[in-house]
Amino acid sequence: MTDPTKLTVAGAREALARKELSAVELTQAFLDAIEAGNAPLNAYVLATPEHALAQAAQSDKRIASGKARDLEGIPLGVKDLFCTKGIRTTACSKILGDFVPPYESTVTQNLWDRGAVMLGKLNNDEFAMGSSNETSAFGPVVNPWRRNKDAGNADADLVPGGSSGGSAAAVAADLCLAATATDTGGSIRQPAAITGTVGIKPTYGRCSRWGTVAFASSLDQAGPISKTLRDAAIMLKAMAGFDPKDSTSVDAPVPDYEKAVGKSVKGLKVGVPREYRKEGMGKEIEELWQQGMDWLKDAGAKITQVSLPHTRYALPAYYIVAPAECSSNLARYDGVRYGLRVPGEDLIGMYENTRAAGFGVEVKRRVLIGTYVLSAGYYDAYYLRAQKVRTLIKRDFDEVFRQVDVLLTPTTPGPAFGIGEQSGDPVQMYLNDVFTVTVNMAGLPGISVPAGMSSEGTPLGLQLIGKAFDEETLFRAGSAIEAAAAGAAGGALPKPDRWWMAAK
Amino acid sequence: MQVDEATVRRIARLARIRISDDEAVALKGELSEILQWVKQLDEVDIADVEPMTAAVEMTLRLRDDKVTDGERADDVIANAPMVDDHFFVVPKVVE
Repeated sequence: MTDPTKLTVAGAREALARKELSAVELTQAFLDAIEAGNAPLNAYVLATPEHALAQAAQSDKRIASGKARDLEGIPLGVKDLFCTKGIRTTACSKILGDFVPPYESTVTQNLWDRGAVMLGKLNNDEFAMGSSNETSAFGPVVNPWRRNKDAGNADADLVPGGSSGGSAAAVAADLCLAATATDTGGSIRQPAAITGTVGIKPTYGRCSRWGTVAFASSLDQAGPISKTLRDAAIMLKAMAGFDPKDSTSVDAPVPDYEKAVGKSVKGLKVGVPREYRKEGMGKEIEELWQQGMDWLKDAGAKITQVSLPHTRYALPAYYIVAPAECSSNLARYDGVRYGLRVPGEDLIGMYENTRAAGFGVEVKRRVLIGTYVLSAGYYDAYYLRAQKVRTLIKRDFDEVFRQVDVLLTPTTPGPAFGIGEQSGDPVQMYLNDVFTVTVNMAGLPGISVPAGMSSEGTPLGLQLIGKAFDEETLFRAGSAIEAAAAGAAGGALPKPDRWWMAAK
Repeated sequence: MQVDEATVRRIARLARIRISDDEAVALKGELSEILQWVKQLDEVDIADVEPMTAAVEMTLRLRDDKVTDGERADDVIANAPMVDDHFFVVPKVVE
Protein backbone atom coordinates (compact mmCIF):
# COMPACT_ATOMS: atom_id res chain seq x y z
CA MET A 1 0.00 0.00 0.00
CA THR A 2 1.77 3.14 -1.24
CA ASP A 3 0.11 5.89 0.79
CA PRO A 4 -2.70 4.82 3.08
CA THR A 5 -3.29 8.42 4.20
CA LYS A 6 -4.85 9.10 0.79
CA LEU A 7 -7.60 6.55 1.42
CA THR A 8 -11.20 7.38 2.29
CA VAL A 9 -13.03 5.80 5.22
CA ALA A 10 -14.91 3.53 2.81
CA GLY A 11 -11.69 2.66 0.99
CA ALA A 12 -9.79 1.93 4.20
CA ARG A 13 -12.64 -0.23 5.45
CA GLU A 14 -12.31 -2.36 2.31
CA ALA A 15 -8.49 -2.43 2.38
CA LEU A 16 -8.53 -3.64 5.99
CA ALA A 17 -11.13 -6.30 5.20
CA ARG A 18 -9.01 -7.52 2.26
CA LYS A 19 -5.96 -7.56 4.56
CA GLU A 20 -4.06 -5.21 2.22
CA LEU A 21 -2.75 -3.61 5.37
CA SER A 22 -3.28 -3.97 9.12
CA ALA A 23 -5.03 -1.49 11.39
CA VAL A 24 -1.72 -0.83 13.15
CA GLU A 25 -0.02 -0.08 9.80
CA LEU A 26 -2.84 2.27 8.83
CA THR A 27 -2.69 4.11 12.16
CA GLN A 28 1.11 4.27 12.05
CA ALA A 29 0.96 5.87 8.59
CA PHE A 30 -1.17 8.68 10.03
CA LEU A 31 0.96 9.06 13.15
CA ASP A 32 4.01 9.45 10.88
CA ALA A 33 2.19 12.00 8.73
CA ILE A 34 1.14 13.99 11.80
CA GLU A 35 4.66 13.98 13.19
CA ALA A 36 6.10 15.10 9.89
CA GLY A 37 3.46 17.58 8.81
CA ASN A 38 1.30 18.90 11.65
CA ALA A 39 3.56 21.75 12.83
CA PRO A 40 3.09 24.13 9.85
CA LEU A 41 -0.69 23.56 9.90
CA ASN A 42 -1.25 23.37 13.67
CA ALA A 43 -4.31 21.20 13.06
CA TYR A 44 -3.68 18.89 16.04
CA VAL A 45 -3.27 20.35 19.52
CA LEU A 46 -2.58 16.94 21.04
CA ALA A 47 -1.49 13.76 19.27
CA THR A 48 -2.31 10.52 21.12
CA PRO A 49 0.01 7.94 19.48
CA GLU A 50 0.14 5.31 22.27
CA HIS A 51 -3.61 5.40 22.74
CA ALA A 52 -4.12 5.13 18.97
CA LEU A 53 -1.76 2.18 18.54
CA ALA A 54 -3.39 0.33 21.45
CA GLN A 55 -6.81 0.84 19.85
CA ALA A 56 -5.46 -0.25 16.45
CA ALA A 57 -3.96 -3.41 17.95
CA GLN A 58 -7.37 -4.29 19.39
CA SER A 59 -8.90 -3.65 15.97
CA ASP A 60 -6.45 -6.04 14.31
CA LYS A 61 -7.49 -8.78 16.78
CA ARG A 62 -11.15 -8.19 15.92
CA ILE A 63 -10.55 -8.15 12.19
CA ALA A 64 -8.56 -11.39 12.44
CA SER A 65 -11.38 -13.13 14.32
CA GLY A 66 -14.02 -11.90 11.85
CA LYS A 67 -15.64 -9.57 14.40
CA ALA A 68 -14.92 -6.24 12.67
CA ARG A 69 -17.36 -3.46 13.62
CA ASP A 70 -18.52 -0.61 11.34
CA LEU A 71 -15.45 1.61 11.85
CA GLU A 72 -12.93 -1.01 12.91
CA GLY A 73 -9.40 0.37 12.77
CA ILE A 74 -10.42 3.67 11.14
CA PRO A 75 -8.11 6.51 12.35
CA LEU A 76 -9.99 9.73 13.21
CA GLY A 77 -9.24 13.16 14.62
CA VAL A 78 -11.45 14.56 17.42
CA LYS A 79 -12.23 18.28 17.79
CA ASP A 80 -10.97 19.41 21.21
CA LEU A 81 -14.53 20.29 22.18
CA PHE A 82 -15.44 16.63 22.82
CA CYS A 83 -14.56 15.29 26.28
CA THR A 84 -12.28 12.28 25.89
CA LYS A 85 -11.82 10.21 29.03
CA GLY A 86 -8.33 10.43 30.48
CA ILE A 87 -7.16 12.65 27.61
CA ARG A 88 -6.73 16.40 27.96
CA THR A 89 -9.67 18.43 26.64
CA THR A 90 -9.40 22.20 26.50
CA ALA A 91 -11.98 23.66 24.06
CA CYS A 92 -8.77 25.44 22.93
CA SER A 93 -9.09 27.84 25.86
CA LYS A 94 -6.58 28.73 28.57
CA ILE A 95 -9.38 28.56 31.12
CA LEU A 96 -9.68 24.79 30.88
CA GLY A 97 -5.94 24.53 31.49
CA ASP A 98 -4.98 20.89 31.67
CA PHE A 99 -8.50 19.61 32.21
CA VAL A 100 -8.63 15.84 31.91
CA PRO A 101 -12.21 14.62 31.70
CA PRO A 102 -13.09 11.56 33.80
CA TYR A 103 -15.80 10.73 31.24
CA GLU A 104 -16.23 10.33 27.48
CA SER A 105 -18.67 12.27 25.31
CA THR A 106 -21.50 10.15 23.93
CA VAL A 107 -20.63 10.99 20.31
CA THR A 108 -17.00 9.89 20.63
CA GLN A 109 -17.97 6.82 22.68
CA ASN A 110 -20.25 5.85 19.79
CA LEU A 111 -17.18 5.93 17.51
CA TRP A 112 -14.94 3.90 19.84
CA ASP A 113 -17.77 1.37 20.32
CA ARG A 114 -17.60 0.80 16.57
CA GLY A 115 -13.86 0.26 16.58
CA ALA A 116 -12.55 3.64 15.48
CA VAL A 117 -9.07 4.83 16.48
CA MET A 118 -8.29 8.29 17.95
CA LEU A 119 -5.21 9.94 16.46
CA GLY A 120 -5.49 13.05 18.62
CA LYS A 121 -7.40 16.24 19.52
CA LEU A 122 -7.94 18.85 16.87
CA ASN A 123 -7.62 22.62 17.07
CA ASN A 124 -10.67 24.91 17.03
CA ASP A 125 -11.67 28.48 17.75
CA GLU A 126 -11.85 29.01 21.51
CA PHE A 127 -15.11 27.56 22.86
CA ALA A 128 -16.24 27.15 19.23
CA MET A 129 -16.52 30.91 18.79
CA GLY A 130 -15.13 32.01 15.48
CA SER A 131 -15.13 31.53 11.72
CA SER A 132 -11.40 31.29 11.07
CA ASN A 133 -9.74 29.28 13.86
CA GLU A 134 -7.77 32.42 14.76
CA THR A 135 -9.08 32.65 18.33
CA SER A 136 -7.62 29.37 19.62
CA ALA A 137 -5.39 29.51 22.70
CA PHE A 138 -3.07 27.18 20.76
CA GLY A 139 -2.65 29.60 17.87
CA PRO A 140 -4.25 29.67 14.43
CA VAL A 141 -4.67 26.73 12.09
CA VAL A 142 -3.31 27.12 8.56
CA ASN A 143 -5.40 25.95 5.61
CA PRO A 144 -3.57 23.24 3.61
CA TRP A 145 -4.74 25.13 0.52
CA ARG A 146 -2.78 28.09 -0.80
CA ARG A 147 -3.70 30.64 -3.45
CA ASN A 148 -2.38 30.20 -7.02
CA LYS A 149 1.07 31.59 -7.73
CA ASP A 150 -0.44 34.20 -10.06
CA ALA A 151 -3.11 35.19 -7.53
CA GLY A 152 -0.76 37.59 -5.80
CA ASN A 153 -0.13 36.93 -2.10
CA ALA A 154 0.40 33.28 -3.04
CA ASP A 155 2.49 32.51 0.04
CA ALA A 156 0.06 33.99 2.52
CA ASP A 157 -1.22 31.55 5.10
CA LEU A 158 -4.97 31.13 4.64
CA VAL A 159 -7.54 30.38 7.32
CA PRO A 160 -9.23 26.97 7.25
CA GLY A 161 -12.47 28.47 8.53
CA GLY A 162 -13.95 27.95 11.97
CA SER A 163 -14.66 27.01 14.48
CA SER A 164 -13.78 23.45 13.34
CA GLY A 165 -10.65 24.64 11.51
CA GLY A 166 -8.41 21.90 12.87
CA SER A 167 -10.88 19.19 11.86
CA ALA A 168 -11.25 20.54 8.32
CA ALA A 169 -7.52 21.14 7.84
CA ALA A 170 -6.62 17.66 9.11
CA VAL A 171 -9.05 15.95 6.75
CA ALA A 172 -7.98 18.09 3.77
CA ALA A 173 -4.31 17.40 4.53
CA ASP A 174 -4.75 13.62 4.90
CA LEU A 175 -3.75 13.78 8.57
CA CYS A 176 -6.79 11.63 9.50
CA LEU A 177 -9.41 9.73 7.50
CA ALA A 178 -12.24 11.84 8.91
CA ALA A 179 -12.87 14.05 11.93
CA THR A 180 -15.55 14.95 14.45
CA ALA A 181 -16.65 18.58 14.63
CA THR A 182 -19.46 20.76 15.96
CA ASP A 183 -21.64 23.43 14.35
CA THR A 184 -23.48 26.24 16.13
CA GLY A 185 -23.65 28.88 13.36
CA GLY A 186 -21.76 27.17 10.55
CA SER A 187 -18.68 25.76 12.25
CA ILE A 188 -18.77 22.47 10.32
CA ARG A 189 -20.06 23.67 6.97
CA GLN A 190 -18.01 26.85 6.51
CA PRO A 191 -14.59 25.25 7.17
CA ALA A 192 -15.59 22.25 5.02
CA ALA A 193 -16.47 24.59 2.14
CA ILE A 194 -13.15 26.46 2.17
CA THR A 195 -10.98 23.37 2.61
CA GLY A 196 -12.65 21.28 -0.09
CA THR A 197 -14.12 18.74 2.34
CA VAL A 198 -17.62 17.49 3.13
CA GLY A 199 -19.24 18.72 6.35
CA ILE A 200 -22.73 17.95 7.64
CA LYS A 201 -24.59 19.47 10.58
CA PRO A 202 -27.47 17.14 11.34
CA THR A 203 -30.91 18.12 12.66
CA TYR A 204 -30.86 19.51 16.21
CA GLY A 205 -31.24 16.56 18.54
CA ARG A 206 -29.86 13.98 16.09
CA CYS A 207 -26.51 13.71 17.87
CA SER A 208 -26.13 13.82 21.63
CA ARG A 209 -24.55 16.92 23.18
CA TRP A 210 -23.58 15.07 26.35
CA GLY A 211 -19.86 15.48 26.99
CA THR A 212 -19.52 18.16 24.30
CA VAL A 213 -18.34 21.48 25.73
CA ALA A 214 -21.41 23.69 25.51
CA PHE A 215 -21.42 26.98 23.59
CA ALA A 216 -25.08 27.71 22.73
CA SER A 217 -27.32 24.90 23.88
CA SER A 218 -30.21 25.48 21.48
CA LEU A 219 -27.90 25.66 18.45
CA ASP A 220 -24.95 23.27 19.02
CA GLN A 221 -24.80 20.02 17.05
CA ALA A 222 -22.02 17.52 16.43
CA GLY A 223 -21.27 16.21 12.96
CA PRO A 224 -18.46 14.80 10.82
CA ILE A 225 -16.03 16.39 8.38
CA SER A 226 -14.82 13.94 5.72
CA LYS A 227 -13.33 13.59 2.25
CA THR A 228 -16.45 12.22 0.55
CA LEU A 229 -20.24 12.08 0.89
CA ARG A 230 -20.10 8.33 1.52
CA ASP A 231 -17.63 8.84 4.36
CA ALA A 232 -19.86 11.53 5.89
CA ALA A 233 -22.79 9.10 5.78
CA ILE A 234 -20.73 6.35 7.43
CA MET A 235 -19.54 8.75 10.14
CA LEU A 236 -22.94 10.31 10.85
CA LYS A 237 -24.57 6.90 11.15
CA ALA A 238 -22.02 6.06 13.85
CA MET A 239 -22.15 9.42 15.68
CA ALA A 240 -25.93 9.89 15.75
CA GLY A 241 -28.48 8.31 18.03
CA PHE A 242 -30.69 8.77 21.04
CA ASP A 243 -28.99 9.47 24.36
CA PRO A 244 -31.01 9.50 27.58
CA LYS A 245 -28.28 11.66 29.16
CA ASP A 246 -29.14 14.55 26.77
CA SER A 247 -32.65 15.85 27.37
CA THR A 248 -32.69 17.41 23.89
CA SER A 249 -31.68 14.17 22.18
CA VAL A 250 -34.43 12.87 19.92
CA ASP A 251 -35.58 9.28 20.30
CA ALA A 252 -35.74 8.31 16.64
CA PRO A 253 -33.94 5.47 14.85
CA VAL A 254 -30.81 6.30 12.86
CA PRO A 255 -31.26 5.40 9.17
CA ASP A 256 -28.48 3.68 7.24
CA TYR A 257 -27.37 6.93 5.61
CA GLU A 258 -24.96 5.12 3.28
CA LYS A 259 -27.94 3.72 1.37
CA ALA A 260 -28.96 7.26 0.37
CA VAL A 261 -25.55 8.03 -1.15
CA GLY A 262 -25.73 7.92 -4.95
CA LYS A 263 -29.53 7.54 -5.09
CA SER A 264 -31.11 9.25 -8.09
CA VAL A 265 -32.43 12.80 -7.72
CA LYS A 266 -35.01 12.37 -10.52
CA GLY A 267 -38.09 14.28 -9.52
CA LEU A 268 -36.45 15.85 -6.47
CA LYS A 269 -37.83 19.37 -5.88
CA VAL A 270 -34.97 21.77 -5.17
CA GLY A 271 -35.70 25.28 -3.90
CA VAL A 272 -33.40 28.25 -4.50
CA PRO A 273 -34.08 31.00 -1.95
CA ARG A 274 -33.95 34.43 -3.57
CA GLU A 275 -32.95 36.19 -0.35
CA TYR A 276 -29.61 34.35 -0.35
CA ARG A 277 -28.59 36.32 -3.43
CA LYS A 278 -26.76 39.15 -1.71
CA GLU A 279 -25.94 42.51 -3.17
CA GLY A 280 -22.30 42.54 -4.09
CA MET A 281 -22.12 38.75 -3.91
CA GLY A 282 -18.90 37.61 -5.59
CA LYS A 283 -19.47 36.69 -9.24
CA GLU A 284 -17.80 33.31 -8.85
CA ILE A 285 -20.14 32.40 -5.97
CA GLU A 286 -23.16 33.31 -8.10
CA GLU A 287 -21.79 31.28 -11.00
CA LEU A 288 -21.05 28.26 -8.82
CA TRP A 289 -24.57 28.41 -7.41
CA GLN A 290 -26.03 28.52 -10.92
CA GLN A 291 -23.72 25.65 -11.86
CA GLY A 292 -25.11 23.63 -8.93
CA MET A 293 -28.66 24.27 -10.10
CA ASP A 294 -27.75 23.14 -13.64
CA TRP A 295 -26.08 19.98 -12.35
CA LEU A 296 -29.15 19.01 -10.33
CA LYS A 297 -31.45 19.83 -13.24
CA ASP A 298 -29.33 17.66 -15.56
CA ALA A 299 -29.65 14.84 -13.03
CA GLY A 300 -33.43 15.06 -13.16
CA ALA A 301 -34.27 17.41 -10.30
CA LYS A 302 -36.76 20.27 -10.57
CA ILE A 303 -35.45 23.72 -9.60
CA THR A 304 -37.88 26.29 -8.13
CA GLN A 305 -37.31 29.85 -6.91
CA VAL A 306 -38.56 30.19 -3.34
CA SER A 307 -38.65 32.90 -0.71
CA LEU A 308 -37.43 32.93 2.89
CA PRO A 309 -38.40 36.52 3.76
CA HIS A 310 -36.72 36.74 7.18
CA THR A 311 -33.30 35.51 5.99
CA ARG A 312 -31.55 38.84 6.54
CA TYR A 313 -32.51 38.87 10.22
CA ALA A 314 -31.03 35.46 11.00
CA LEU A 315 -27.47 36.65 11.51
CA PRO A 316 -28.26 39.55 13.89
CA ALA A 317 -30.75 37.34 15.76
CA TYR A 318 -28.05 34.66 16.06
CA TYR A 319 -25.63 37.23 17.50
CA ILE A 320 -28.10 37.88 20.28
CA VAL A 321 -29.21 34.30 20.99
CA ALA A 322 -25.81 32.59 20.78
CA PRO A 323 -23.95 35.07 23.02
CA ALA A 324 -26.84 34.98 25.49
CA GLU A 325 -26.68 31.22 25.75
CA CYS A 326 -22.90 31.23 25.87
CA SER A 327 -22.82 33.76 28.71
CA SER A 328 -24.89 31.29 30.66
CA ASN A 329 -22.89 28.21 29.62
CA LEU A 330 -19.53 29.80 30.34
CA ALA A 331 -20.52 30.93 33.83
CA ARG A 332 -19.24 27.59 35.11
CA TYR A 333 -15.61 28.53 34.36
CA ASP A 334 -14.82 30.18 37.69
CA GLY A 335 -11.56 28.60 38.83
CA VAL A 336 -13.22 26.56 41.59
CA ARG A 337 -13.73 23.02 40.35
CA TYR A 338 -11.49 22.62 37.30
CA GLY A 339 -9.21 24.49 34.97
CA LEU A 340 -7.27 27.67 35.49
CA ARG A 341 -7.41 29.52 38.82
CA VAL A 342 -5.90 32.98 39.28
CA PRO A 343 -5.92 34.12 42.91
CA GLY A 344 -7.85 37.22 43.96
CA GLU A 345 -8.37 39.44 46.98
CA ASP A 346 -11.60 37.53 47.72
CA LEU A 347 -13.91 35.05 46.01
CA ILE A 348 -15.29 37.51 43.48
CA GLY A 349 -11.78 38.78 42.81
CA MET A 350 -10.72 35.22 42.09
CA TYR A 351 -13.62 34.76 39.66
CA GLU A 352 -12.85 38.05 37.91
CA ASN A 353 -9.10 37.44 37.63
CA THR A 354 -9.52 33.82 36.51
CA ARG A 355 -12.00 34.68 33.80
CA ALA A 356 -10.04 37.73 32.67
CA ALA A 357 -6.88 35.65 32.27
CA GLY A 358 -8.55 32.51 30.97
CA PHE A 359 -10.91 33.80 28.29
CA GLY A 360 -9.69 35.19 24.97
CA VAL A 361 -10.87 38.43 23.41
CA GLU A 362 -13.68 37.02 21.24
CA VAL A 363 -15.04 34.87 24.06
CA LYS A 364 -15.09 37.89 26.39
CA ARG A 365 -16.88 39.94 23.73
CA ARG A 366 -19.61 37.34 23.34
CA VAL A 367 -20.02 36.71 27.07
CA LEU A 368 -20.42 40.45 27.60
CA ILE A 369 -22.92 40.86 24.75
CA GLY A 370 -24.82 37.90 26.14
CA THR A 371 -24.80 39.27 29.66
CA TYR A 372 -26.03 42.64 28.35
CA VAL A 373 -28.93 41.27 26.31
CA LEU A 374 -30.12 39.11 29.19
CA SER A 375 -29.80 41.81 31.82
CA ALA A 376 -32.75 43.48 33.52
CA GLY A 377 -34.26 46.14 31.32
CA TYR A 378 -32.83 44.75 28.08
CA TYR A 379 -34.13 41.17 28.00
CA ASP A 380 -37.38 42.03 26.16
CA ALA A 381 -35.81 44.40 23.66
CA TYR A 382 -33.06 42.00 22.61
CA TYR A 383 -33.28 38.35 23.67
CA LEU A 384 -37.05 37.94 23.65
CA ARG A 385 -37.31 39.78 20.34
CA ALA A 386 -34.55 37.64 18.80
CA GLN A 387 -36.34 34.45 19.92
CA LYS A 388 -39.53 35.68 18.25
CA VAL A 389 -37.65 36.47 15.04
CA ARG A 390 -36.31 32.94 15.29
CA THR A 391 -39.86 31.57 15.20
CA LEU A 392 -40.45 33.55 12.00
CA ILE A 393 -37.24 32.20 10.45
CA LYS A 394 -38.35 28.63 11.23
CA ARG A 395 -41.82 29.36 9.88
CA ASP A 396 -40.31 30.54 6.57
CA PHE A 397 -38.57 27.16 6.19
CA ASP A 398 -41.71 25.20 7.19
CA GLU A 399 -43.69 27.06 4.49
CA VAL A 400 -41.06 26.47 1.82
CA PHE A 401 -40.69 22.78 2.63
CA ARG A 402 -44.34 22.32 1.71
CA GLN A 403 -43.37 23.10 -1.88
CA VAL A 404 -39.84 21.66 -2.15
CA ASP A 405 -37.79 18.81 -0.69
CA VAL A 406 -34.41 20.50 -0.26
CA LEU A 407 -32.79 23.94 -0.70
CA LEU A 408 -29.58 24.80 -2.56
CA THR A 409 -27.47 27.79 -1.52
CA PRO A 410 -23.81 28.81 -1.45
CA THR A 411 -22.06 27.84 1.80
CA THR A 412 -19.79 30.88 2.17
CA PRO A 413 -19.62 34.40 0.68
CA GLY A 414 -16.13 33.68 -0.65
CA PRO A 415 -13.09 31.39 -0.53
CA ALA A 416 -10.52 31.15 2.28
CA PHE A 417 -9.09 34.53 3.28
CA GLY A 418 -5.65 35.27 4.72
CA ILE A 419 -4.85 34.90 8.41
CA GLY A 420 -5.22 38.33 10.00
CA GLU A 421 -7.20 39.78 7.08
CA GLN A 422 -10.55 39.92 8.90
CA SER A 423 -9.70 39.90 12.58
CA GLY A 424 -9.88 43.67 12.96
CA ASP A 425 -13.66 43.98 12.76
CA PRO A 426 -15.95 41.56 14.68
CA VAL A 427 -19.00 42.19 12.51
CA GLN A 428 -17.03 41.57 9.30
CA MET A 429 -15.96 38.19 10.70
CA TYR A 430 -19.58 37.38 11.65
CA LEU A 431 -20.68 37.94 8.03
CA ASN A 432 -18.83 34.75 7.03
CA ASP A 433 -21.73 32.83 8.57
CA VAL A 434 -24.45 34.63 6.61
CA PHE A 435 -25.54 31.52 4.66
CA THR A 436 -25.13 29.02 7.46
CA VAL A 437 -26.68 30.47 10.65
CA THR A 438 -30.25 30.29 9.33
CA VAL A 439 -29.98 26.51 9.46
CA ASN A 440 -28.97 26.40 13.13
CA MET A 441 -31.65 28.93 14.04
CA ALA A 442 -34.28 26.66 12.49
CA GLY A 443 -32.76 23.45 13.88
CA LEU A 444 -32.58 21.92 10.40
CA PRO A 445 -29.86 19.76 8.81
CA GLY A 446 -27.37 21.29 6.40
CA ILE A 447 -24.45 19.92 4.39
CA SER A 448 -21.60 21.54 2.49
CA VAL A 449 -20.31 19.69 -0.56
CA PRO A 450 -17.09 20.63 -2.46
CA ALA A 451 -18.30 22.08 -5.74
CA GLY A 452 -15.50 23.95 -7.45
CA MET A 453 -12.48 26.19 -7.18
CA SER A 454 -12.18 29.96 -6.82
CA SER A 455 -10.22 32.10 -9.27
CA GLU A 456 -7.42 32.00 -6.65
CA GLY A 457 -7.26 28.21 -6.87
CA THR A 458 -8.88 27.58 -3.49
CA PRO A 459 -12.00 25.45 -2.76
CA LEU A 460 -15.63 26.54 -2.79
CA GLY A 461 -18.65 24.60 -1.56
CA LEU A 462 -22.39 24.50 -2.07
CA GLN A 463 -24.86 24.00 0.76
CA LEU A 464 -27.98 21.88 0.83
CA ILE A 465 -30.57 22.47 3.57
CA GLY A 466 -33.09 19.76 4.38
CA LYS A 467 -36.24 19.08 6.34
CA ALA A 468 -35.86 18.04 9.95
CA PHE A 469 -34.47 14.49 10.18
CA ASP A 470 -34.22 14.22 6.40
CA GLU A 471 -30.41 13.91 6.23
CA GLU A 472 -30.98 11.16 3.64
CA THR A 473 -32.12 13.72 1.07
CA LEU A 474 -28.97 15.74 1.79
CA PHE A 475 -26.81 12.68 1.06
CA ARG A 476 -28.82 11.95 -2.06
CA ALA A 477 -28.69 15.46 -3.52
CA GLY A 478 -25.15 15.96 -2.24
CA SER A 479 -23.95 12.89 -4.16
CA ALA A 480 -25.34 14.35 -7.37
CA ILE A 481 -23.35 17.55 -6.81
CA GLU A 482 -20.23 15.61 -5.78
CA ALA A 483 -20.39 13.50 -8.95
CA ALA A 484 -21.09 16.46 -11.23
CA ALA A 485 -18.33 18.56 -9.68
CA ALA A 486 -15.83 15.73 -10.14
CA GLY A 487 -16.95 15.31 -13.72
CA ALA A 488 -16.62 19.03 -14.45
CA ALA A 489 -13.11 18.96 -13.00
CA GLY A 490 -12.05 16.16 -15.32
CA GLY A 491 -12.48 13.23 -12.97
CA ALA A 492 -11.88 14.67 -9.53
CA LEU A 493 -11.49 18.03 -7.84
CA PRO A 494 -7.82 18.82 -7.15
CA LYS A 495 -5.98 18.11 -3.90
CA PRO A 496 -3.56 20.58 -2.29
CA ASP A 497 0.22 20.20 -2.79
CA ARG A 498 1.70 18.78 0.38
CA TRP A 499 3.86 21.82 1.12
CA TRP A 500 3.53 21.20 4.88
CA MET A 501 5.48 17.94 4.51
CA ALA A 502 8.30 19.58 2.52
CA ALA A 503 10.51 20.28 5.51
CA LYS A 504 11.23 16.62 6.26
CA MET B 1 -27.07 51.43 20.41
CA GLN B 2 -24.17 53.21 22.08
CA VAL B 3 -23.00 51.79 25.38
CA ASP B 4 -20.94 53.97 27.67
CA GLU B 5 -17.95 52.91 29.74
CA ALA B 6 -20.00 52.73 32.93
CA THR B 7 -22.31 50.21 31.28
CA VAL B 8 -19.37 48.16 30.03
CA ARG B 9 -17.97 48.02 33.57
CA ARG B 10 -21.37 47.09 35.01
CA ILE B 11 -21.76 44.26 32.50
CA ALA B 12 -18.21 43.05 33.17
CA ARG B 13 -19.05 42.96 36.88
CA LEU B 14 -22.20 40.92 36.17
CA ALA B 15 -20.13 38.53 34.04
CA ARG B 16 -17.40 38.37 36.68
CA ILE B 17 -14.66 39.33 34.23
CA ARG B 18 -12.12 41.93 35.32
CA ILE B 19 -11.37 44.43 32.57
CA SER B 20 -8.58 46.96 32.34
CA ASP B 21 -9.09 50.62 31.43
CA ASP B 22 -7.81 49.98 27.91
CA GLU B 23 -10.11 47.00 27.51
CA ALA B 24 -13.08 49.06 28.73
CA VAL B 25 -12.46 51.62 26.00
CA ALA B 26 -12.00 49.00 23.27
CA LEU B 27 -15.04 47.03 24.39
CA LYS B 28 -17.16 50.20 24.47
CA GLY B 29 -16.51 50.60 20.73
CA GLU B 30 -16.93 46.94 19.80
CA LEU B 31 -20.03 46.30 21.86
CA SER B 32 -21.63 49.49 20.56
CA GLU B 33 -20.92 48.39 17.00
CA ILE B 34 -22.41 44.94 17.54
CA LEU B 35 -25.47 46.21 19.40
CA GLN B 36 -26.05 48.84 16.73
CA TRP B 37 -25.90 46.15 14.06
CA VAL B 38 -28.44 43.87 15.80
CA LYS B 39 -30.85 46.78 16.22
CA GLN B 40 -32.18 46.04 12.71
CA LEU B 41 -34.33 43.37 14.37
CA ASP B 42 -36.59 46.25 15.44
CA GLU B 43 -37.85 46.33 11.83
CA VAL B 44 -39.51 42.93 12.20
CA ASP B 45 -43.20 42.76 13.06
CA ILE B 46 -43.31 40.34 15.98
CA ALA B 47 -46.89 40.98 17.08
CA ASP B 48 -48.54 37.71 18.13
CA VAL B 49 -45.35 35.69 17.58
CA GLU B 50 -44.31 33.25 20.28
CA PRO B 51 -40.61 33.11 21.14
CA MET B 52 -38.92 29.95 19.88
CA THR B 53 -37.76 28.01 22.88
CA ALA B 54 -36.84 24.74 21.20
CA ALA B 55 -35.48 23.94 17.76
CA VAL B 56 -37.55 20.77 17.42
CA GLU B 57 -41.00 20.20 18.97
CA MET B 58 -40.61 17.97 21.96
CA THR B 59 -41.85 17.43 25.47
CA LEU B 60 -39.19 17.17 28.14
CA ARG B 61 -38.68 13.51 29.02
CA LEU B 62 -39.05 12.48 32.63
CA ARG B 63 -37.25 9.59 34.29
CA ASP B 64 -37.91 7.33 37.23
CA ASP B 65 -36.81 8.78 40.53
CA LYS B 66 -34.07 6.17 41.03
CA VAL B 67 -30.45 6.66 42.02
CA THR B 68 -28.37 5.57 39.03
CA ASP B 69 -25.10 7.41 39.63
CA GLY B 70 -22.93 8.83 42.37
CA GLU B 71 -20.18 7.89 44.83
CA ARG B 72 -17.60 9.39 42.44
CA ALA B 73 -16.17 12.12 44.62
CA ASP B 74 -12.60 11.34 43.50
CA ASP B 75 -13.54 11.94 39.85
CA VAL B 76 -15.36 15.12 40.75
CA ILE B 77 -12.36 16.71 42.48
CA ALA B 78 -9.75 15.25 40.13
CA ASN B 79 -9.26 18.50 38.17
CA ALA B 80 -9.68 20.95 41.02
CA PRO B 81 -7.02 23.67 41.50
CA MET B 82 -7.25 23.41 45.28
CA VAL B 83 -8.85 20.66 47.36
CA ASP B 84 -9.00 19.54 50.96
CA ASP B 85 -10.32 15.99 51.39
CA HIS B 86 -13.37 16.06 49.12
CA PHE B 87 -13.93 19.79 49.41
CA PHE B 88 -13.15 22.53 46.91
CA VAL B 89 -11.10 25.22 48.63
CA VAL B 90 -11.83 28.86 47.80
CA PRO B 91 -10.87 32.28 49.25
CA LYS B 92 -12.86 33.44 52.27
CA VAL B 93 -16.17 34.93 51.36
CA VAL B 94 -16.10 38.40 52.84
CA GLU B 95 -19.16 39.11 54.95
